[in-house]
Amino acid sequence: MGFFLETLFGGLMAGMLYSLIALGFVLIYKASGVFNFAQGAMVLFAALAMARFAEWIPKWLGFDNLIVANLLAFVAAMALMIVLAWAIERLCLSKLVNQEGITLLMATLGISYFLDGLGQTLFGNDIYSINVGMPKDPAMILENVFEGGLLLSKEDLIAAIIAAALVALLALFFQKTATGRALRAVADDHQAAQSIGIPLNRIWVIVWSVAGFAALVAGIIWGSKLGVQFSLSLVALKALPVVILGGLTSVPGAIIGGLIIGVGEKLSEIYLGPFFGGGIEIWFAYVLALAFLLLRPQGLFGEKIIDRV
Amino acid sequence: MLYRENGQFKTSYAADQQIFPILQDRVAIGALLAIAFVIVPMFGSEYIFRAILIPFLILALAALGLNILVGYCGQISLGTGAFMAVGAYGAYNFLVRIDGMPLIAAMLLGGLSATVIGVLFGIPSLRIKGLYLAMATLAAQFFTDWAFLRIGWFTNNSTSGSVSVAKLNVFGLPIESPVAKYLFCLVVVCVFALMAKNLTRSAIGRQWMAIRDMDVAAAVIGIRPMYAKLTAFAVSSFIVGVAGVLWAFIHLGAWEPAAFSIDRSFQLLFMVIIGGLGSIMGAFFGAAFIIVLPILLDQVPQWFGIPLSTATTSHLVHMIFGALIVFFLIVEPHGLAKLWSIGKQKLRLWPFPH
Repeated sequence: MGFFLETLFGGLMAGMLYSLIALGFVLIYKASGVFNFAQGAMVLFAALAMARFAEWIPKWLGFDNLIVANLLAFVAAMALMIVLAWAIERLCLSKLVNQEGITLLMATLGISYFLDGLGQTLFGNDIYSINVGMPKDPAMILENVFEGGLLLSKEDLIAAIIAAALVALLALFFQKTATGRALRAVADDHQAAQSIGIPLNRIWVIVWSVAGFAALVAGIIWGSKLGVQFSLSLVALKALPVVILGGLTSVPGAIIGGLIIGVGEKLSEIYLGPFFGGGIEIWFAYVLALAFLLLRPQGLFGEKIIDRV
Repeated sequence: MLYRENGQFKTSYAADQQIFPILQDRVAIGALLAIAFVIVPMFGSEYIFRAILIPFLILALAALGLNILVGYCGQISLGTGAFMAVGAYGAYNFLVRIDGMPLIAAMLLGGLSATVIGVLFGIPSLRIKGLYLAMATLAAQFFTDWAFLRIGWFTNNSTSGSVSVAKLNVFGLPIESPVAKYLFCLVVVCVFALMAKNLTRSAIGRQWMAIRDMDVAAAVIGIRPMYAKLTAFAVSSFIVGVAGVLWAFIHLGAWEPAAFSIDRSFQLLFMVIIGGLGSIMGAFFGAAFIIVLPILLDQVPQWFGIPLSTATTSHLVHMIFGALIVFFLIVEPHGLAKLWSIGKQKLRLWPFPH
């Protein structure tokens, strides 16, 4: 029982991080109908920027303080993500307005390749670490309930709390601010939003910046856990089944989908894996999402029925 | 001045419907084939065959297969690498498990196994499209990666996970030297290119294009979406599977599933986009471009005395591919093939535009 719960928690934590990446997908899809394949590359790019700025800024300015360095690096990385959002909107998306979804998908695939190359050219291609002072030692809980207690990583717990806080922050932003209202209006109907004077281009820059912010947070958490390296860009491919499962247009769907995939992956690896020869973690999420596509194409919480052929 | 079609009157349907209706085109393609079949084997060096020509031919074949699906039928696929892998491992198993299996038969059977898997993963395309389909084909990619790595039966229980073939021959002729390998690939590619060209000009090809342009309208005029889409998946994955067999047997010789990873799928998709969606010629242009660009980037800075590290080169290649994809999607969605045909159009009137 204790082992099962540990696996369950491990899965929930992994799922939380998938949700963070999936959140970026959903934000952009809702606001502009673009299925952003480049979200993974953005996570890698943001994490690389964060790791390297945290290393460079103390050298340039000549001080030695981890917290200040991290804060400055965060601000610098965020500024970079905003510039990136602006550049993507200006150079790519604004030229592809009204194109088919498949074209936009391929364009974001191009962006993702470009970002992979750019990030590693600018920031180098070693494995870097991000040290934001997350505790590395595990914690024991519920020692009097189970024999031996449950082993939980404090780092995962903090990551989960940050993720939850981010979601709450985004929810507030979407529900309570004027910009958030404008974003929701654009998501509902591009033309109607435009006709009441909402500037589409600026909204897109904002939404890509917000997605960049989500990417940065996800990048920092993943990066401090596993180190910043190219494979980070591939982890994001896991977020695809998450959004399919949760529904492309639903923020809660991204969260729940992420949790389901995270837990499903870990549990299936432990309990089903031995029957298939192990390693089924690689495809479990995809096959689950594929089954969902056949039975309920709009996902768990998707609003719209996608057009059947 | 030379490229004029004045005076070339078509007096029969056959003459009107031939693949290259203009005499100059027929001469040019004949000359190209003559160079490819005769001159190149006489003068090519081993490096050119191994590093450029053989990969170019095989990837062009795979891109051709993918183009039928993406360019002609409008169904996106991110699982091309998987279908190549199915072809390669399928053919390997037929070759190893059946005594005296000829190479050509194994190759075609490998293609057929890819067809079966392709149709299987194409079935979701009847209900979903666009990005959802991308997701379904991605599932195929990850699933086959895993299956060929973990299920021992496919690799004939090879302990290292890597399999190899040796002593290939066709009708008793050994395919060992680079020239023989090159000629074998060339013949296969020519046959399949001709077949693909004719398929896309025929009724079924027109059905694919109708589905691509607007599926509802296509259904209204009596095209069965299920039949059209599944045939596109079948033909496409057959060609891709055969390309996979060639890639594994002829180009690599010994291989493991990583040879057909998701990077391969993306690379092929890029070939199709850069070369030209919905064009047979485009597959060749795209493959040539994507094979040659990294080699050029590797060599050209050295000529100018600026040595770039391999890592920098590969990042530059990534950036250039990414930028070009976006560029072509914005400026010329029909890719290099369209630029080529625009050039030919201009040439018709040159130098007197009247």
